[in-house]
Amino acid sequence: MTKHKEIGLSDQAVVDMYRIALTARRLDERMWLLNRAGKIPFLVSCQGQEVQQVAAAFALERGKDYTAPYYRDVGVVLALGMSVQDLMLQAYAKAEDPNSGGRQMPGHFGSKKLKMLSGSSPVTTQVPHAVGIGLACKMRGEDAISFVTLGEGSTNQGDFHEGANFAAVHKLPVIIMVENNQYAISISLKQQVACEKISDRAVGYGMVGETVDGNDPFAVYQAIKTASQRARNGEGPSLVEAISYRLTPHSSDDDDLTYRTAEEVREAKAKDGLLSFKKYLKENNLLSDKKEEELEAAIKKEIDLANEYAEAAPSPDPDTLYQGVYQ
Amino acid sequence: MSEITITMPQLGESVTEGTVSQWLVQAGDLIEKYQPLVEVMTDKVNAEVPATFSGEITALLVEEGETIAVGTPICQLKVEGTDDLSESTQTPSENNEKAIDEAAATESMKQRYSPAVLTLAAEHHINLADVTGTGMGGRITRKDIKQLLANQDSTTASAASQQLSETSTRKPHEKKLKPIQVDQLPGDLEIPVTGIRKAIASNMVRATSEIPHAWMMIEVDVTNLVSYRNAEKKRFKELEGYNLSYFSFFLNAVAKALKKFPELNSSWAGDKIIQHKEINLSIAVGSETELYVPVIRNVDEKSIKGIAKDVHHLAKKARTGSLTQADMQGGTFTVNNTGTFGSVQSMGVINYPQAAILQVESIVKRPVIINDMFAARDMVNLCLSLDHRILDGVICGKFMSHVRDILENISGDTTPIY
Amino acid sequence: MPVLSYIEAITAAMDEEMERDDRVFILGEDVGKRGGVFRATDGLYNKYGAERVIDTPLAESAIAGVGIGAAMYGLIPIAEMQFADFILPAVNQIISEAAKLRYRSNNDWSCPITIRAPYGGGIHGALYHSQSVEAIFANQPGLKIVMPSSPREAKGLLKAAIRDPDPVLFFEHKRAYRLLKEEVPIEEEVIEIGKANQVRAGDDITVITYGLCVHFAKEAAQQLNDEHGIEVELLDLRTVYPLDQQAIVHAAKKTGKVLLITEDNKEGSIISEVSAIIGEQCLFDLDAPIKRLAGPDVPAMPYASSLEKAFIVNQDKIKQAMLELAQF
Repeated sequence: MTKHKEIGLSDQAVVDMYRIALTARRLDERMWLLNRAGKIPFLVSCQGQEVQQVAAAFALERGKDYTAPYYRDVGVVLALGMSVQDLMLQAYAKAEDPNSGGRQMPGHFGSKKLKMLSGSSPVTTQVPHAVGIGLACKMRGEDAISFVTLGEGSTNQGDFHEGANFAAVHKLPVIIMVENNQYAISISLKQQVACEKISDRAVGYGMVGETVDGNDPFAVYQAIKTASQRARNGEGPSLVEAISYRLTPHSSDDDDLTYRTAEEVREAKAKDGLLSFKKYLKENNLLSDKKEEELEAAIKKEIDLANEYAEAAPSPDPDTLYQGVYQ
Repeated sequence: MSEITITMPQLGESVTEGTVSQWLVQAGDLIEKYQPLVEVMTDKVNAEVPATFSGEITALLVEEGETIAVGTPICQLKVEGTDDLSESTQTPSENNEKAIDEAAATESMKQRYSPAVLTLAAEHHINLADVTGTGMGGRITRKDIKQLLANQDSTTASAASQQLSETSTRKPHEKKLKPIQVDQLPGDLEIPVTGIRKAIASNMVRATSEIPHAWMMIEVDVTNLVSYRNAEKKRFKELEGYNLSYFSFFLNAVAKALKKFPELNSSWAGDKIIQHKEINLSIAVGSETELYVPVIRNVDEKSIKGIAKDVHHLAKKARTGSLTQADMQGGTFTVNNTGTFGSVQSMGVINYPQAAILQVESIVKRPVIINDMFAARDMVNLCLSLDHRILDGVICGKFMSHVRDILENISGDTTPIY
Repeated sequence: MPVLSYIEAITAAMDEEMERDDRVFILGEDVGKRGGVFRATDGLYNKYGAERVIDTPLAESAIAGVGIGAAMYGLIPIAEMQFADFILPAVNQIISEAAKLRYRSNNDWSCPITIRAPYGGGIHGALYHSQSVEAIFANQPGLKIVMPSSPREAKGLLKAAIRDPDPVLFFEHKRAYRLLKEEVPIEEEVIEIGKANQVRAGDDITVITYGLCVHFAKEAAQQLNDEHGIEVELLDLRTVYPLDQQAIVHAAKKTGKVLLITEDNKEGSIISEVSAIIGEQCLFDLDAPIKRLAGPDVPAMPYASSLEKAFIVNQDKIKQAMLELAQF
């Protein structure tokens, strides 16, 4: 039996996962081009983390569970139902951007319809929010759970501790997924924490902690699935650490070769989860060369159309500046 | 077919310029949209700038190694089939100007007087109903009143009966100097009138044309002062490191006399005379080409040593050109040490808007008759210029003889150095 | 009408709102079994249970942040900060999150949270149990800041705060808790947020203040009226952010002589902004320079009685300032 069937994923689900992860990658690559061409002022990248993002989202009950994604989660938000066009509208800061109507930078996701909490730029503030959602779900007897992501650098913030501790004390249905991409801008993991694994921190809160290979979609899927079962069973929160590598500079404003070597990045690229995922699909006859070509072409077309649409879409009306401060 | 210009993009949040490190295309190349065109280096990132259109490169506009501002054209290309390529431009709204025009057309603000306008009107007996306001809605602005006062000033300056307004804090006008035809001879040097020279010229014209000057002079026997100062000067220099000048004693005596006759320690303020409480003496300090009038504050509260020290410091600052505006503000009376040039008599020009200026001339040994006998005495002339609007002969005479009494009785007992 | 103390009025407001709407709940330190260190939640734990009166870990950012999350879900949290002085660890959650949530999501999300905190001095609370912190938050559009001046006001305004669709900081003067008592109507009274209240009408001077200072100003105004026949127009701001500009301008123009009072440090305080509004809009109606009476610009209120007394604005200081202005 294939690996994905063992953990309860259908062939179609696995192909969908790959398609979304690949879309996230291609979209991110386009964003870099648009930035370098002076079309969009800023981007913050998801490259290297798409597989874990999509896999985690697939382990949730999409449409029912709440999520609080962080700024690299293009894979998560695409899997939850945000469209390529939505993200293009966000990149161009257009009025139709469903995240914020052009008010926030790219990477600041949010949609009430998708039960995706609106995020801000100060990191880790979303952890207490997700815990609050967990508290509300528990109080209202709702079966939904709350899923929150953050980078490993953010686990050093007070809000991580305060939120995790609160969730554990009150046994709330919360999954905290740390996307450990080894860097907080230029600060390497060793300079950030002294513990061996980020998941070691779970013990201090009295919750389950687990570290998985973020390049392995099935390991991530399974860890989140198990954590969600614990959450739904009233067994409280979990801390899941998915390890990968940030393949791009921190943002379009960063030059990563000032603090790490090209060789290190090259080595990481060889372990890119997207490549091993494709290999797995091909080995299991879920993706032929022809299908791959068609998939790439379809994604390119989707991105081209979205790009064209977003570029031509109207900017927010200056008269709306004062709207939405209060009800 | 149309021609497109590609410009330097902004690469990074605070980046304003970039350096073209390498062109990846050349003129004549056919390129695809998003194909890298050029490598650019900025403070924050190194990046390949991609094309935003497909087409044929017609010209590279920037050399490798050149640093250019964001928005500068870097290359041109020919593209097919597009005609609306220009970036959208916004036309500025004209609503604001309209609103201002409407308000200005009414007279709704004519009788809204600000505290500043009311104060000035009261001070200068102006009937505000007669004033035309230039502010929004016909409002009278403070500047309107100032303008009115300035006009009165220039048209009625000669009429003595007219109550002229001029506040003591008001800065002298820098009147435009009109060129005058002068026959120039071969070898003449033309020196432009600028800066300090111009300010001095303007102040002097103002003082002499506006102030009705009157003069008086007295002769003072300073033999005691000379012997006292000669006895102390060596030790003083050793102790303090600067000279015990005669000038300090004169300043001390003037301050004491001003305390007794505050009428001379005052300023002309148009419709009133301001008598000052503080005794701040302006002293004239010259450099080769310039004249400064720094101020020693509260001279009446200072010892001879304190005064000498201030004189020393201010003279040094004048020599090094480091006097500040603050050093030269707040003077209430001027003492001019003309004696240093060997002068024995002079007529000072009053330091506007003060009431008087005292010139201290050279100390000269002269035969003097005392008790019907000739004696060799150290004599000095003190010359006073006074503003006759403020002062009269009687009060100035009293002042001058008081200065003489102080100076003639100087000794270690009456005037300790410390 | 029953007579309630300021704190009883606050408890009553929460009780009524929890009764009325089961989405309303309380979270904070010691709010459960203990009923709050000031006893503001007394009896609510027994009535509504640990589920709706939640004792939290000692972590202010989480109290605010978890509350914000629950509010995003659609519940109506009342988060208690034990002292206003301890709200600072939660400032990021309040300013970066609660205040901006509606705006940054282009009206998609909202945050109907009420954050209560006891403020103010005069109770030997020293530097860290006496502060007025409202000015820290009073330039953050998206927030509302309410500071009631009496038991009746406290009840009506807290009920409005809880029902408000946006985040409200509700600062209660801790000295007022048991000092102020008055008749509070039994029937429901909800006092609109954002509207100032004319406490007293007069034509000699205008006094604008908020919180406990309203009480002292009212007493001082009565004394001045008895002793000197001076008529004071007294305006209670009630909501110190955003300010009721119309009421401020109206009250200032009425007499042209304005005294502004706060217990907070003077620099950059709420009354500084009130002063700016008057300066901008009332030039031609002013009959005296705008006068401010406030705490001195030292870091906070000291412990020793002598120093505390020297710091704090009280009835005598207010009376003196009023008299000086009236005589100007």
